[in-house]
Amino acid sequence: MNTPLRRLATITLVMFVALMGAATWVQFFQAESLNTDPRNVRMLYREHGNARGPIVAGGEAIAVSVPVDDPFGYQRTYPQGDLYSAVTGFYSIANGSTQLEKAENDQLTGRSDQLFFTRIRDLLTGKKPEGAAVETTILPAAQQAAREAIGDQEGAVVAVEPSTGRILALVSTPGFDPNALAVHSTSEAAAQYRALDEAQGNPLRSKVIQERFAPGSTFKLVTAAAALESGSYTSETLVPSPVELPLPQTSATIGNFGGSSCGGEQVTLADALRISCNTAFASLGMTLGEDAMREQSERFGFLDPDLTVPMEVVESVFPSDLDPAMLAQSAIGQRDVQATPLQMAMVSSAIANGGRLMTPYLVDTVRAADLTVVSRTRPQVYSDAVSASTASQLTQMMVGVVESGSGRSARIDGVQVAGKTGTAQTTEGQAPHAWFTAFAPADAPRVAVAVIVENGGNLGNEATGGAVAAPIARAVIEAVLAS
Amino acid sequence: MASVQPHRVRPGRGTELLLLVPALGIGIAGYVLAGLGATGAVPPHVVAYAVGTTVLAFAVHVVLRLRAPYADPVILPVVVALNGIGLAMIYRISIAYAARDRSDADIADRQLAWTAISVALAIAVLLLLRDHRTLRRYTYTAMVVGLVLIVLPLVPGLGQTINGARIWVRVGPVGMQPAEFAKIALAVFFAGYLVTHRDTLALAGKRVLGLQLPRARDLGPILLVWAASLAVLVLQRDLGTSLLFFGLFVAVLYLATERTSWIVIGLVLFVGGAALAAATFGHVGARFDVWLHALDDDVFRREIGGSGQLVYGLFGMASGGLFGTGLGQGRPDLVPFAYSDFIVAALGEELGLTGLIAILLLYTVLVERGLRTAIGVRDGFGKLLAGGLSFVIAFQLFVVVGGVTRLIPLTGLTTPFLAYGGSSLVANWIIAALLLRVSDEARRPVPVVRAIATPDIGVPVSSPGRTRPAGNGRSTGRSTGRTGTPVGGTPVVDAPPVRTSGVTPPARTGPDPDDRPTEHVGPDVPDRDHPPVEPPGGESR
Repeated sequence: MNTPLRRLATITLVMFVALMGAATWVQFFQAESLNTDPRNVRMLYREHGNARGPIVAGGEAIAVSVPVDDPFGYQRTYPQGDLYSAVTGFYSIANGSTQLEKAENDQLTGRSDQLFFTRIRDLLTGKKPEGAAVETTILPAAQQAAREAIGDQEGAVVAVEPSTGRILALVSTPGFDPNALAVHSTSEAAAQYRALDEAQGNPLRSKVIQERFAPGSTFKLVTAAAALESGSYTSETLVPSPVELPLPQTSATIGNFGGSSCGGEQVTLADALRISCNTAFASLGMTLGEDAMREQSERFGFLDPDLTVPMEVVESVFPSDLDPAMLAQSAIGQRDVQATPLQMAMVSSAIANGGRLMTPYLVDTVRAADLTVVSRTRPQVYSDAVSASTASQLTQMMVGVVESGSGRSARIDGVQVAGKTGTAQTTEGQAPHAWFTAFAPADAPRVAVAVIVENGGNLGNEATGGAVAAPIARAVIEAVLAS
Repeated sequence: MASVQPHRVRPGRGTELLLLVPALGIGIAGYVLAGLGATGAVPPHVVAYAVGTTVLAFAVHVVLRLRAPYADPVILPVVVALNGIGLAMIYRISIAYAARDRSDADIADRQLAWTAISVALAIAVLLLLRDHRTLRRYTYTAMVVGLVLIVLPLVPGLGQTINGARIWVRVGPVGMQPAEFAKIALAVFFAGYLVTHRDTLALAGKRVLGLQLPRARDLGPILLVWAASLAVLVLQRDLGTSLLFFGLFVAVLYLATERTSWIVIGLVLFVGGAALAAATFGHVGARFDVWLHALDDDVFRREIGGSGQLVYGLFGMASGGLFGTGLGQGRPDLVPFAYSDFIVAALGEELGLTGLIAILLLYTVLVERGLRTAIGVRDGFGKLLAGGLSFVIAFQLFVVVGGVTRLIPLTGLTTPFLAYGGSSLVANWIIAALLLRVSDEARRPVPVVRAIATPDIGVPVSSPGRTRPAGNGRSTGRSTGRTGTPVGGTPVVDAPPVRTSGVTPPARTGPDPDDRPTEHVGPDVPDRDHPPVEPPGGESR
């Protein structure tokens, strides 16, 4: 019986080696992915054990960890409720985190490499490690104004400082109260999450950066920019503007808003933009060609999958392989053209900044717990979207839109506002999205804004960009200029 | 090398004493560190704890000195170390539970009490059972006891269903899992039955497709017992124990018959049975599903039969990484049943991969020592018993740790010596006591008998690598491993290299370790310790 006993001994050895292999697989090879699994609450517990740094807007904490007497030690709280939900996102034991809470997690927890020396010092002095404070670029007055102006309509508002790219306001409605998700009771947090996840209007998603919409007529800014950049056009060049434009190779036509005329068979480019003439821009797009259009849209930031603010921004789309009919529709921001509200703010911002587009950003400064600056974001040039002369012509054209065109409801006494309306067709039977993008003051811009009100907001089918979205933009501009 | 001169075999109690010091040290240091890590303070009752565990360990040591002086000196220290590690981790988890006001925060004290009871019972076994061969007399009693123990939880009013498995018996305040004891009883039965029937099992019967099938009347009874226990366990939804008994059965059958075909048949039966069970029983199928798709979100979130516990365990082990979070610094309490079924995950979290592998190596040493005992002991019953019990420990560990690390589907068994649980601890300490008892027999030197020269082989021949005392009256030949020469009553011996460590000299050599019938070399050899346990006759092939 000794031979089988020896073999049995070998078998048990093989079994134990297999166990060691399995343990190695879990604890070494799989460890990274298991540790970062969103369902793994261990990281959260560890983080909760330390003070998570605050998120600050205008010197005021909009997310802060308060010591509490439970196993976690700290409760994340959001003193402003839903006002900053699109900025901070939420930080939850049961549901993970979003927006800045997620994107800046390493800084907030103090785990960032930049905080290495702070950590070492804490270790040596026996001090409990604390996360760094993340100071945002948000201007509370602008944020407040944007939130109030959009009210209970579904949509998004974003304001950018054209000269730097600083994001001054970032609102997505309906918002949510992050406090509800941050509760420590796993079941309660999960229930709240489920409710919000299923709620009307996608409150958990930031429409500014995570959703894209047909930009409608606001995209005519891109088409106009492409025309001016081509060198063959000025703002006074006459472009064909029939009441109805037949689309080549199809039986379809493009008409103007409400079937109206643009004031003759030909109008100037400036007038076409002022009254938002569809036929003029559709034929312009076909003349310019797909490549010129795409190139211009890319310079404004379209088709960029890598943009972060530091949250990831979903890529805005200009389609390819277009036949003339599709190109005509794309030139007026319909068909497959899709843009995030941030993208349209970037278009205005580039025009406002003399054609130079600055990379938008939301985090200004990161400070360690002892208030030393860990990092400060420096404004960065994203691209030279258009030439200075194109920018100045576009500015004048946009001023025309607000002074005597479709965007008159954005007029502010004593301030020259440059803007562009948009009323984007959505699916059949749904009210159109109302868009407005603008900047002011036109001669020395301090703020660029983009607003979308989904499905016409309070006005429903009667909505236009001018009627619904422009007043919201005006409120934000006023708030920024007043501060 | 030349023949080894006969010399006094050292019993090894000194070695054992020496090894007990670090073994106890591991447990006590772990206890202190767990308290320091979790609460920042040395546990208040640490002195009492240290004294208590030391007294228990030394009590066993003293009993071994008196009643089993030649017992393997490594088994007890390894068991003490494992028990100590388990106590430290259970204490650490109880601190976390106490902080959360959980009602089961008293597990550490209870496990300590169970340790004392277990050691006392192990001592009782060593004192009462003077010779393991006595157990062979109770082959069929063991069978009955084993079956009764298995059926016990099904008795209305007595059995209890906890967490979906009806494996508990509760009388008043005392609960136990009878299956833990049934495994000992069945090991005794399998060993006793198979040692009697091994030749007929191995040799009689038809050959089918190159496999030697035994006759039904030989295999029948054991198959019946095994099938009955399996059926009951399936009723009780105790997959782990079913698997364990199956493994034990196949292993002992293989040991007894020396036919690899049994392993093949066993594996085929097992795979077939598992597939059938997975298809037939929802809860078995769910286990497979959980095993294969543990990290899928819908499986993870499933309310009943989800992979939550398994994945939490994996998370814990992953957060431990290579070196662990340190005792008391992790969150093993986040894993359900971290103190029992998932204590391996808790240890992996706080001691890291390094610590876990060290623990697995302790088990390796324990099991190999047990199998070494089986090789060393002379009687077939002892071989089967020690081999079976050692394999039970190994297989149980494999099923548990394999389940927790997702090597195999999770079935739910306790980790021997480490996990919380009175029945498990008591049963495993009894197994340790039995192994110690058999090892005493295995390592005890054979009284020198007069040398006889055999006409055809001559004086004892030495072969390299094999040691045996000269002049023990037996000659050795080559090592076919099984044949014996009937000539002159001199069996040919496959003498194992019995040196087990630098500390232990060749304990016993010479007599037929291949366990062909033990024969008297001469009619006048007084061999009280080694009476012929089997009549000659197994060599008639």
